[in-house]
Amino acid sequence: MPRDNSIKKVLVIGSGPIIIGQAAEFDYAGTQACRSLKEEGIEVVLLNSNPATIMTDKDIADRVYIEPLTVEVVEQLIKKEKPDSVLPTLGGQAGLNLAMELDEKGFLKENNVRLIGTTSETIKKAEDRLEFKATMEKIGEPVAASLVVENVEDGLAFANEIGYPVVLRPAYTLGGSGGGIAHNSEQLMEILANGLRLSRVGQVLVERCIAGWKEIEYEVMRDSNGNCITVCNMENIDPVGVHTGDSIVVAPSQTLGDKEYQMLRTSALNIISELNITGGCNVQYALHPESFEYCVIEVNPRVSRSSALASKATGYPIAKVAAKIALGYTLDEIKNAITGKTYASFEPMLDYCVVKIPRLPFDKFISAKRTLTTQMKATGEVMSICDNFEGALMKAIRSLEQHVDSLMSYDFTSLSEDELTEQLAKVDDMRIWRIAEAIRRGISYETIHEITKIDYWFIDKFAIIVEMEQALKNEELTPELLKEAKRIEFPDNVIADLTGKTEQEIHDMRHENGIVAAYKMVDTCAAEFAAATPYYYSVYGRENEVEKTSGKKKVLVLGSGPIRIGQGIEFDFCSVHCTWAFSKEGYETIIVNNNPETVSTDFDIADKLYFEPLTPEDVKSIVDLEKPDGAVVQFGGQTAIKLTESLMKMGVPILGTSAENVDKAEDRELFDEILEECQIPRPTGGTVFTAEEAKEVANRLCYPVLVRPSYVLGGQGMQIAINDHDIDEFIGIINRIAQDHPILVDKYLQGKEIEVDAVCDGEDILIPGIMEHIERAGIHSGDSISVYPAQSLTKAAKEKIAEYTRRLAKSLHVIGLINIQFIVCGEEDVYVIEVNPRSSRTVPYISKVTGIPIVPLATKVIIGSKIKDLGYTPGLQKEADYVAIKMPVFSFEKIRGADISLGPEMKSTGECLGIAKTFDEALYKAFLGAGINLPKYKNMIMTVRDEDKPEAVEIGRRFEKIGYRIFATKSTAEALQAGGVKAIPVRKIEQESPNLLDLILGHEIDLVIDTPAQGAEHSRDGFVIRRNAIETGVNVLTAMDTARALITSLENTDIQKLTLIDIATVQ
Amino acid sequence: MKAFLILEDGTVFTGTSIGSKREMISEIVFNTSMTGYLEVLTDPSYAGQAVVMTYPLIGNYGITPDMESKKAWPDGYIVRELSRMPSNFRCEGTIQDFLEKQDIPGIADVDTRALTKILREKGTMNGIITTNENYDLEEILPKLKAYQVGEVVSKVTCSEKYVLEGTGKKVALLDLGAKNNIANSLNKRGCCVTVYPAHTTAEEIISAHPDGIMLSNGPGDPADCISIIEEIKKLYNSDIPIFAICLGHQLMALATGATTHKLKYGHRGGNHPVKDLLTNRVYISSQNHGYVVDTDSVDSKIAVPAFVNVNDGTNEGLKYVGKNIFTVQFHPEACPGPQDSGYLFDRFMEMMEGAE
Repeated sequence: MPRDNSIKKVLVIGSGPIIIGQAAEFDYAGTQACRSLKEEGIEVVLLNSNPATIMTDKDIADRVYIEPLTVEVVEQLIKKEKPDSVLPTLGGQAGLNLAMELDEKGFLKENNVRLIGTTSETIKKAEDRLEFKATMEKIGEPVAASLVVENVEDGLAFANEIGYPVVLRPAYTLGGSGGGIAHNSEQLMEILANGLRLSRVGQVLVERCIAGWKEIEYEVMRDSNGNCITVCNMENIDPVGVHTGDSIVVAPSQTLGDKEYQMLRTSALNIISELNITGGCNVQYALHPESFEYCVIEVNPRVSRSSALASKATGYPIAKVAAKIALGYTLDEIKNAITGKTYASFEPMLDYCVVKIPRLPFDKFISAKRTLTTQMKATGEVMSICDNFEGALMKAIRSLEQHVDSLMSYDFTSLSEDELTEQLAKVDDMRIWRIAEAIRRGISYETIHEITKIDYWFIDKFAIIVEMEQALKNEELTPELLKEAKRIEFPDNVIADLTGKTEQEIHDMRHENGIVAAYKMVDTCAAEFAAATPYYYSVYGRENEVEKTSGKKKVLVLGSGPIRIGQGIEFDFCSVHCTWAFSKEGYETIIVNNNPETVSTDFDIADKLYFEPLTPEDVKSIVDLEKPDGAVVQFGGQTAIKLTESLMKMGVPILGTSAENVDKAEDRELFDEILEECQIPRPTGGTVFTAEEAKEVANRLCYPVLVRPSYVLGGQGMQIAINDHDIDEFIGIINRIAQDHPILVDKYLQGKEIEVDAVCDGEDILIPGIMEHIERAGIHSGDSISVYPAQSLTKAAKEKIAEYTRRLAKSLHVIGLINIQFIVCGEEDVYVIEVNPRSSRTVPYISKVTGIPIVPLATKVIIGSKIKDLGYTPGLQKEADYVAIKMPVFSFEKIRGADISLGPEMKSTGECLGIAKTFDEALYKAFLGAGINLPKYKNMIMTVRDEDKPEAVEIGRRFEKIGYRIFATKSTAEALQAGGVKAIPVRKIEQESPNLLDLILGHEIDLVIDTPAQGAEHSRDGFVIRRNAIETGVNVLTAMDTARALITSLENTDIQKLTLIDIATVQ
Repeated sequence: MKAFLILEDGTVFTGTSIGSKREMISEIVFNTSMTGYLEVLTDPSYAGQAVVMTYPLIGNYGITPDMESKKAWPDGYIVRELSRMPSNFRCEGTIQDFLEKQDIPGIADVDTRALTKILREKGTMNGIITTNENYDLEEILPKLKAYQVGEVVSKVTCSEKYVLEGTGKKVALLDLGAKNNIANSLNKRGCCVTVYPAHTTAEEIISAHPDGIMLSNGPGDPADCISIIEEIKKLYNSDIPIFAICLGHQLMALATGATTHKLKYGHRGGNHPVKDLLTNRVYISSQNHGYVVDTDSVDSKIAVPAFVNVNDGTNEGLKYVGKNIFTVQFHPEACPGPQDSGYLFDRFMEMMEGAE
């Protein structure tokens, strides 16, 4: 069927800020879909509140609205832009929920807008637990015995009937938010009550527990003519019980025979047909390990994290094809872009093995429970490809960038055999390492399988890796042994450690014996057809098939690896734009990255894509083959920066700012010299290695001081210390991971925090704008609300900032991007606190709101252009006539036990934008985009530390004025009352009911303002309050500045009267 | 032990010997299925050929009760890696043991992707697996070039007719190298299936008064099956409903005046899209054929194309004009591969009903 020509203008809804369960994969899917629509001449209107995305670029869509994803906004947008259709299945659950709400309200019909792709009827059939169950029963597809309940009593009764354990799944939530497994009635009551609250429709599914069964997924496509294919199936190494987003996943399935494979495939096709889905769909199964019995766990009638993974694992562009299907095309009319010969109506065949490992944030949330459950916790993931499973696993492990490079990286040698056996039952991110240790100790496969339910096939594969460790340790390293170790992807440094040689010796031995990486192509068809797309992975001992290219200059762009807190999608934005800019300048571009969720690993972004770990050894293998003319590291975050030294040793010129100057910015003493030379003040401080040295420095400076490791991103390990005890604690935490670099101890200055990104060509600088943080210094810049243009700076301060930026960029010989953070105290005392001679988290945001394409400009400068020649006047650019605010977004509710209070260590997972003519409206939109949609019940709780009490009075009064009832703990209430605010005192949580906790759990609280006492002393009370509030879905603010910003925005804005701004028109 | 795979163009792959050490010249073909290695090994259509599995991990779930015939047929088995420890609840043994017991010569640790690319570029060619390190190319290559698969149907067909009892329609299945699931698919639909050896006369089959005749898949060049084609001409004229798969499809075409030709490297795998020209629906099919019916050679007064391959446009099925006969090039019986076209057995059932 040819394309439906009545579709001319389509609204695509994105997924909003990056949160756990909804990450970069939707930027990838959305970007692909928008490009696919534009290819067809469709006018694309895009709505997404996330400014860090590539999809919100004006070259991706025709009209771009970075506005909050609320029903009111979409309604206004539809009235303004008058699209004829909405494509809701590419923006994850957030986009889907919005579209459903508009459809249910009848708004779409009234405005002659239709949903394309999948119909609302289908979405309901798939998402509504009851309808889904009924549909499955109708076509004879088994589901686990289950019941949808709307209250705790019914849940208890049903669980008693089917027996514990039971699984709880709230309807319409993302990443299984609020779900879990209950082993007894007590747990059931707790999880169920919470799930009911988080579900958009107040429904939770109580289900027979099938934990321990194999978890298998199928990615399925269907068109309007009823043609169906499966793109890929995947097997979770972690059996049912761990969310697939937190599981180690392998594609294709490894332990299923053709009978099981086809049985589930046929089932998936039956389901997608019955649901009448047109587009992509994900079906999850639990398969009994000892029979053909299976259950359908879940169907996602949209593109998903799994579909992004499947696209990257197979080369089949699911989102692109889904967009074409939405326009009416059938699968046999859509060309397979990889082969250019075959069509989208075929099934990819893999001739390799893919492993995905989740990137979990426990390094950021030290107090959090590491247990993995049906509630997703991963912020990102890595994928690797190899022609054997062991190799794919080993490559994926070292791609994680979590100080792991083999199955020996976590040390369990101190556990007794009994302890170890007992701990095998722990389901957390270290499970495979524990299993490896169990194999080392000779614990039987049977015992390991019995406890973990992990299939024997995988256990044996772990054993093969362990056996190789032993062989390397005990045997002479012959070329044959080395060859075998490399075949299963042992990195040189691990081989060196095990054999007592140096890494260089291993490297040399490899090259003497011709043991070098070869590269194979991902071609969707197992080499059956010639493929045109250069998408490669490495293997050892095979024939290389990378085509030699020459003629053009070659540039290597290093990506930023898995999404983690502190290094998010922003760096993918930078990498992609840098690649495009190099392409435009006539370069051949080569991307190396390992994140399957991102746009940068789409096969048509660079001229060549190497899907590989970002370690020096892996990069060197690529360099040896490609011999690039240069490499860019300044766009790939800390991951790429860390490779600078190695690249230089390989003889690859670093394009842009030199490594030596990167070092100068990080090395305390060198940097002090530069500041002195530039006559720029900075907070006094010193570098230390031990706690003793740190205390000495701290006492000399006087507390409070800021303690942090150098060479980190996202302020990891950064803390404010107020006494010697804090220092001991913090240095202890930092030194848990061996430090190659010193620790910095600085005087902590409280002032306005200012941030600047600039392009420098060696002589001139271009500053698109100055950003001001709403929270005072001390809260990580990534967790602060950032305002452009800066609102409270004097002209003199601004001039000083521009001047300091110029001096610093010049003396650090910056070519490309630089990011500087300042503290401004008083009218014009400007201090530099941090300089990063590379791209930063704020680059996409500031590019979009100023309309200045910073990354392409920086790229051109790196190639040799001058700012003056690029059509810009050097210096600080004219301020825009509107205000744009970047708001951090957190995923605290997903991480049990994480402390949500903000400090110098970054905790946010994503961001959204508020842009408007006035500061208040921009701020309001930013809060709205972050999900703070107030007022609702007009009840709030305040409990603040002593030094915040004067401010609390002012803020309390303003909330009271707009109608809020304020509850407060005893001393806060007294302070408020003394200030004339009618605060209602409530008992503390350890006191009898009704107390503060009951109030929070009563669900009629809009907001908790809780400022934790400074320093390390974790107030148990405060922690419990904050956790409970977050887990009940109550907004919590932990800084007075944020609270003040919120009330300001609420005082002056009306949700019905927002003005929507098309970012594509911003100049 | 080392083993060598020698191709007729002189390319040599070095690997590890698996299975039997028997030296057999055969035609090297590749199969892209990711599961179903046992079904592939026991598919009689591979007689006279050596199979390269493009999926690198073979034997993961061991040997299960899923054989498609009584033994393994290929004269060679070429893989990247055999799993040392199979895991499946129905696993009865390892593939290593199976290959040995079945006396199938094989080679592992081969860069199967590089090999597949050679076959794709140069076309299917002959080869041999040897464990003799002192092989002499000058001596071997002429032999490889001279090898022809020949008439292998006689080798793979059953020696005597046998019956799968059923209370429904009576179906005569001409075993040209049939996979078990063809008879099973009919039997499951209630049919009483009588399986006849390939060289059974048309008279014998017709005189049994079956409700329908099924022509199975099978190995080799269809044009070599001269005597069978003659019998099929008679079946064509019998007015008994006929459904044919793969070789059966090709033989029916040859029997009615069309021609066949050899594809460069064939279709073998479980991902081939075929379009039903009646409904325009596309189905993913299981395929295993090196020869194909020339669409242009089909007289439209005799038969019209019913299915076409979406990838390369080759013929995938014919509907015979004025006859209760339809034939397909692909494998609706699956095993291995997608079950999407299983509905064709239902169509055959309807055809038999309608013929009454």
